[in-house]
Amino acid sequence: MTAAAAPAASPASTGEQPGVRLARSRRKAELSLLLLAMVLVAAYAAMIEAKALDTVTSDFWVPAAALGLVFLGLHLVIRWLAPFADPALLPAVALLNGIGVGFLRRYDLAEAAPAERANLAVFAGTGGRQLAWTLAAVVLAAGLLAILRDHRSLSRYAYTLGLAGIVLVMIPAVLPGRFSEINGAKLWIRVGGFQIQPGEFAKLALLTFFAYYLVRKREVLSLASRRVLGIDFPRGRDLGPVLVVWLVSILVLVFEKDLGTSLLYFGMFVVTLYIATERVSWLLIGLILFFGGAYLAYLLGSTVGGPFANFYDRAQIWLDPFAEPYDRGYQLVQGLLTLGTGGLFGAGPGGGQPNLLPEVQTDFIFAGIGEEIGLFGLSALLVIYLLIVERGLRAALAVRDSFGKLLAGGLAFTLGLQVFVIVGGISKLIPLTGQTTPFLSAGGSSLMANWLLIAVLLRVSDGARRPVTGGGSAARPGGGPPEQLHGAPTEVIRP
Amino acid sequence: MNAPLRRVGVVVMILFGLLFANLNWIQAYKADEYRTSDYNGRVQVAEYDRKRGNIEVGGTAYALSKETGGELKFQRTYPNGQMYAHVLGWKPVNGSANGIERLENDFLAGTSDALIANRIKDMFTGDETGGGNVLLTLSKRAQETAYKQLNDNQVGAKKGAAIAIDPRTGAVQALVSMPSFDPNPLASHNTTEADRAYNALEKDKDRPLANRALAEVLPPGSTFKVIMAAAALENGVGQQTEIPAGSSYTAPGAGQPIRNAAPSICPESQVTLRDAVTESCNTGFAQLGVRLGADKVKEKAKQFGFEQEDLTVGQVGEGGLPVAASRTGDMQNPDGSTDAAALAQSSIGQNNVRMTPLQGALIAAAVANDGSQMRPYLVKQLLGPDRTTVYDAAKPRELRRPVSGQVAADLRDMMQNVVKEGTGRRAAIDGYLVGGKTGTAQSGPDTPDHGWFIGFALDKDGTPLSAVCVELEQAGSGGSAEAARIAGRIMAAAIADSGRR
Repeated sequence: MTAAAAPAASPASTGEQPGVRLARSRRKAELSLLLLAMVLVAAYAAMIEAKALDTVTSDFWVPAAALGLVFLGLHLVIRWLAPFADPALLPAVALLNGIGVGFLRRYDLAEAAPAERANLAVFAGTGGRQLAWTLAAVVLAAGLLAILRDHRSLSRYAYTLGLAGIVLVMIPAVLPGRFSEINGAKLWIRVGGFQIQPGEFAKLALLTFFAYYLVRKREVLSLASRRVLGIDFPRGRDLGPVLVVWLVSILVLVFEKDLGTSLLYFGMFVVTLYIATERVSWLLIGLILFFGGAYLAYLLGSTVGGPFANFYDRAQIWLDPFAEPYDRGYQLVQGLLTLGTGGLFGAGPGGGQPNLLPEVQTDFIFAGIGEEIGLFGLSALLVIYLLIVERGLRAALAVRDSFGKLLAGGLAFTLGLQVFVIVGGISKLIPLTGQTTPFLSAGGSSLMANWLLIAVLLRVSDGARRPVTGGGSAARPGGGPPEQLHGAPTEVIRP
Repeated sequence: MNAPLRRVGVVVMILFGLLFANLNWIQAYKADEYRTSDYNGRVQVAEYDRKRGNIEVGGTAYALSKETGGELKFQRTYPNGQMYAHVLGWKPVNGSANGIERLENDFLAGTSDALIANRIKDMFTGDETGGGNVLLTLSKRAQETAYKQLNDNQVGAKKGAAIAIDPRTGAVQALVSMPSFDPNPLASHNTTEADRAYNALEKDKDRPLANRALAEVLPPGSTFKVIMAAAALENGVGQQTEIPAGSSYTAPGAGQPIRNAAPSICPESQVTLRDAVTESCNTGFAQLGVRLGADKVKEKAKQFGFEQEDLTVGQVGEGGLPVAASRTGDMQNPDGSTDAAALAQSSIGQNNVRMTPLQGALIAAAVANDGSQMRPYLVKQLLGPDRTTVYDAAKPRELRRPVSGQVAADLRDMMQNVVKEGTGRRAAIDGYLVGGKTGTAQSGPDTPDHGWFIGFALDKDGTPLSAVCVELEQAGSGGSAEAARIAGRIMAAAIADSGRR
């Protein structure tokens, strides 16, 4: 269908050279890191029970073991289907996911009546559900690895995915409130007792489309431009489709009353554009547009109201949450108090009172965990997130094709931005907007979408580190400079 | 594309650096402020580590903490909670306490300054000494009688209040507001359940959470005539002085004439003050009020405690449950001159006159106690966790002297006559001198009248033992007689409890 998609047919089967895989695939490192992560998750569960129940039940290790089996399965799938994938990604994500499951079980304990706590079934409650969702998400990720043998084949479905992304974003806005609205945000599709958040999946689909489109247009976008006031502006017709996609998603999101997702999409879009064109001017224009837009929305919210009132409200709460500590500011105030109570070292796993914090199982899970593991523990969690993001960016650096670079770079950045938006929101760094905390928050949509994201990163990193076909390449360390040299000719040389 | 990718990596690091710096601000710099913030529910949860002291009446604990073995180590329970609800209040897990639980919160929780020695000792021994105990002035029998009689009243009133005090000290013997509520669900550790219970009570149109004995005012009706009689006695009218009466009286400028409750009441043109009180003669007191003038009426009411906005009932020293101000209300025309019609209506406790049941009891108590009105209080003693050290004990103090001893004696005499042969016969207690005044107040054009009774009981030597006020909201016909009956029962119970019978 396109030039970019053409090479997709060839490389998948050619790179498999047994000797290299055994020597450099680093799968053993992945396995041992994964085991370490699961030991940490089990220890976390034991500490929770010791503190919250005053005793460690005989089956405290069951959730950790169940998770371990699920992740071990994915590890085996990676060995088979993506042997050169980055070895740090799976253990890091598994650790976060495990801590999430552990904390949600801890939340169940806090909610249960004291007499029932000791007998709380392992697979019951929010924690048990999250465990089941993890299984589903990991199966989905493994499935994606199996179907998608080369990330470049994704570009074949770019337009389909772009359309699907827009549809996914729009469904909740179009649906009547009772099918789509929870806590004032129209982000859901609710059928019966079941609910999914299509926006979580839409971000993957849209990013794939952006990446594909920008790769095709990047030369035009970065070369054919008009210079105004020292800034290069692209021709309108080149930018049209992307702007339309962006505008539609923003509009829809204003009507869905969720500015966090809007910020996420905008950031995702501007950064992929910047990576594609290498023009700092895009970042500047984007930042000015965003902050200008936000300020305008604030002004409109204070005067006109309407769809902007929600944003104005949130900004007011952000500026002074203690103005209405039991009313509008309640959530944020309680979040801050929870974090503050944790202090440097926290109350210890199981030692906090997560039931005092509303939405602790979803939006505020980071604060709930923070009460128990303190600043030191939260810093460690942030470092793990940072590790995942930087690993994703590294895969983007190492992969040879532009589509892969944009895809991996955009996905990794999106993940990092989402963490920034929600953690910054609950800690009053930026206005609070409802976002899930990747891999920690309770909820299947978020978990599945983010595991799919990780699967794509694994696939791209596998493509990046896989030794290239032919002669001497097998002897070179995977991912080293020669690969970049090899990749160089596909880049456009510009002044 | 690699250069921008690297820069994006740097941008992400900066974003995470900001998160890290901000977390430092919250979890290190602001940590102490947030940890001890008033909005932080954990502060309250920490209170449950120490056993909260009892609130006791006559040696029985009516608010006590039981060990749970759960996260919150103690559950506050209120045996017979309905009966004592408006005095004890409740101590919820979230939010602030109510009633005595709020007033003496620090002492009960063991965090008051008085108990610092215990806390220091705990620091060395590692024990958790509980909080202190609060002993109330209430009489168990009087409270039980008041609660039961009020709730089983024979006129079917749904709302009302009763309060009894010891005229000599001001110690509250009984305090009941009807309808009552069960404080136990409000103290539930399941905060959702507690919130639900609270919201249900809050939404109840009978407002069970309101303390009708202290914080609600209603037109006092004829009970206000005690104040009118006092004003008359001080202005040259004696018990036997004839005052103008009649079957109806139309004040200057009034559209509607004032009539008596029954045609048999003071139809003659002149009655003695004593008879006017005994029969509750409306026309007599209306004309008396117009003759005395608004200023004297208002002034006398004020001397009895009307218009006081800062009265509290509760602690040993100052402070306590807030009491609503009783009002004589407006009796003036827009131009500032006295509105005779309003004055006439006010003189029989209608128009804009409003009174709390406590104020009614205070009037009766002052009359019984030779004109000396004592400050009402509920806390008799603060007893340490060891149950031997007394940290504070009640020191009764006079609030004011509304009338002289002579006027008080005349009022007592007339009020005793009300119970002997007037409208308040049902308040009589065998072997004691009981005086009082009934009241029937119009509540509105289409609603039943309120029934009132204020009164006192003396022993044979004239020593005042109890003063009481019973109010039955919208009780309708027979309300004041029923109020008198209940008042007698309450006082009899209070006397029995004090060992006088």
